[in-house]
Amino acid sequence: MTDTVKNTLLFALVFTLIIISGFFQGWNNAMFILNMGLISAVMALGVNLQWGFAGLFNVGVMGFVALGGLAAVLVGMPATPGAFSAGGPGVILALLLGAATIIAAVLAFKRMVPGRNRNLAITAILIFGFFVFRGLLDPSVALIESVNPAATGYLGGLNPGSEDTYRDNGLIMLIAWPVGGLFAAGAAWLIGKAALGLRSDYLAIATLGIAEIIIAVLKNEDWLTRGVKNVVGVPRPVPYELDLQNSAAFVERAASLGFDPVEGSTLWVKLLYAVLFAIVLGILFWLSQRALNSPWGRMLRAIRDNEVAAEAMGKDVTARHLQVFILGSAICGIAGAMMTTLDGQLTPGTYQPLRFTFLVWVMVIVGGSGSNLGAILGGFLIWFLWVQVEPIGLFIMNIITSGMAEDSWLRAHLIDSAAQMRLMTMGVIMILVLRFSPRGLIPEK
Amino acid sequence: MDFLNAIVALANYVLVPGIAYGSQLAIGALGVTLVYSILRFSNFAHGDTMAFGTMIVILVTWWMQGAGMSLGPLPTALIALPFGILGCVALVLITDRTVYRFYREQKAKPVILVIVSMGVMFIMNGITRFIIGPDDQSFSDGPRFIISARDFKEMTGLEEGLGIRTTQVITVVTAIVVVALLFWFLNKTRAGKSMRAYSDNEDLALLSGINPERVVMMTWIIVAALATIAGTLYGLDKSFKPFTYFQLLLPIFASAVVGGIGSPLGAIAGGFVIAFSEVTITYAWKKVLEYLLPEELEPSGLVQLMSTDYKFAVSFVILLIVLLFKPTGLFKGQSTT
Repeated sequence: MTDTVKNTLLFALVFTLIIISGFFQGWNNAMFILNMGLISAVMALGVNLQWGFAGLFNVGVMGFVALGGLAAVLVGMPATPGAFSAGGPGVILALLLGAATIIAAVLAFKRMVPGRNRNLAITAILIFGFFVFRGLLDPSVALIESVNPAATGYLGGLNPGSEDTYRDNGLIMLIAWPVGGLFAAGAAWLIGKAALGLRSDYLAIATLGIAEIIIAVLKNEDWLTRGVKNVVGVPRPVPYELDLQNSAAFVERAASLGFDPVEGSTLWVKLLYAVLFAIVLGILFWLSQRALNSPWGRMLRAIRDNEVAAEAMGKDVTARHLQVFILGSAICGIAGAMMTTLDGQLTPGTYQPLRFTFLVWVMVIVGGSGSNLGAILGGFLIWFLWVQVEPIGLFIMNIITSGMAEDSWLRAHLIDSAAQMRLMTMGVIMILVLRFSPRGLIPEK
Repeated sequence: MDFLNAIVALANYVLVPGIAYGSQLAIGALGVTLVYSILRFSNFAHGDTMAFGTMIVILVTWWMQGAGMSLGPLPTALIALPFGILGCVALVLITDRTVYRFYREQKAKPVILVIVSMGVMFIMNGITRFIIGPDDQSFSDGPRFIISARDFKEMTGLEEGLGIRTTQVITVVTAIVVVALLFWFLNKTRAGKSMRAYSDNEDLALLSGINPERVVMMTWIIVAALATIAGTLYGLDKSFKPFTYFQLLLPIFASAVVGGIGSPLGAIAGGFVIAFSEVTITYAWKKVLEYLLPEELEPSGLVQLMSTDYKFAVSFVILLIVLLFKPTGLFKGQSTT
């Protein structure tokens, strides 16, 4: 069996699974799995670029995904009337001063002679800068958050529409996706400058921390993201179900295909999303594939396999690492923006590392690290399992406990806990793959 | 008087919680550092090992409470602790036998072991959630305070009260006992010396007839005991929730690295450095400053440097500074570059 046949069969298998789930659980559910599978595949591509190509151990995926979501809000939502004039300039000035403080500290570190004077100067710069920063930021933030706190209380975004009309500019979300990538790339540049070059497990700890910090910022900076109050009603690049159901032409077309208006409209919307996501995935896959087979990709793999030898050949290891770290994180950011668009809301409270960082890692490892096709396959397959393990677990638990008495506490407990089987299954899959097929389903060539 | 009040307020809100939290982190970091120095990888499953051990302690505690057993003024969890340690040791040894040993024999790269430990983390987290559920559990019993803030105020006549919780005292006492035992074991016993030898120079240790599998097994037993103790103390002091334990991973790693990874003494120092930085930076200093400063200088805001939710940022920034400027940590651990 050639590789092509095997890979086609693997993909066919995954899509058959999704289609089967469509027959049993409804097509809406299957389309949801497909859409999130597409997004997961994009995330897996990003992680594969970092780990598979360059051997960079990034466990901060969640942070970059969340930054993408932030971009979706900042681009897609309308500006809150009066909020920017209330505190916007103050916040921007404070942020600029904060950045200036850090730059000044770095300059002092680089320019001054090492010794006690330098340490004192850096400490003084940082402390003074911090208080000026907080002194400027806090009042402006309070002003912004006091603008209609129940409904908005944040700056809002760049959508030119007003409160009532911004949903008409849904196509602006297509701009938000690359912006999400840019946000993530910016963060990755900062992190990479500081943390790349550490030993691999320290890079892991550092990225883990960064992700937690990004989530903490999104949860607490209400002026930016409304925090745990969530931003709902993010516009979408596809039509709304209600509009479709009200359009006579659509209802007629749906009826001719045998769908009632409600089901037809929800399916049509999800299908449009799937097409958009598939286009993004296709472009990124093509680019990654080109990169993998270019001299640049070969250089990265050479660095991954033997850093010292590559350095001896005159390759700039740190610069290449930084480059690929930024690119991979940007892909995760794009996926994050797409996900927030699909959800229609940004809920900082729901970002969990197990779901957004470690699950993506399972995807890459199961799919085959170093292989783009493998990452995509892993994205679909693992996402499918992640969704389906819960009903399957419930089903198994029902069978196991069917002999027990109706009011048995053990039965109630087992059925309640079936929902928790997801994590265990993912762990078992990951360990089994690492042990018995460490190169994954579609190995790197 | 004002000065005394300021000191009491500082002790109540910063010193006492900081010491208790620091002890918990220190015991946790000791576990991470031992795995690192003997097995040579960063164990991402440590937080969930803690959660698993604590879960068994909680289950046994509940059973004992149901059976009417108690330790008088002390929490019942202390009698349940040995059972938790046994359960955790069993789980960790099974994990080592089925998962880690294979990679040890292959001499896999540390980064592979880290990824494997991520898988183990998933499984342990799943088991814990499967058995006890993802919710908050409280299992502390007995009197809450040794000195409550109100009693302290009455005794001393000060305006500020100093409350010392039973769990805080237990934490510190247990931590001292555990650390003393561990250092005695590592420095005085044959087994402990063979562990240190193995950590310093694997080849030389093998050459002198030390059985590596035995060293690894002892390490896991000690690590499981430390993890269970740290987890139980944290759970008694605050509360038990599987996800919180997973999140403890970051401050624990930070403690181990700040102290110098691989150095037990460093892990303890690191735990306190991280704990005190977190507490002081997220504490609202208004109360203390009100007593210390003359009236016209009194602050109007809370004088909280950062909101409590940014405590991760604190441990992280310290971690990064240490990694960048002193990669071997405060106590000359293994280099991090």
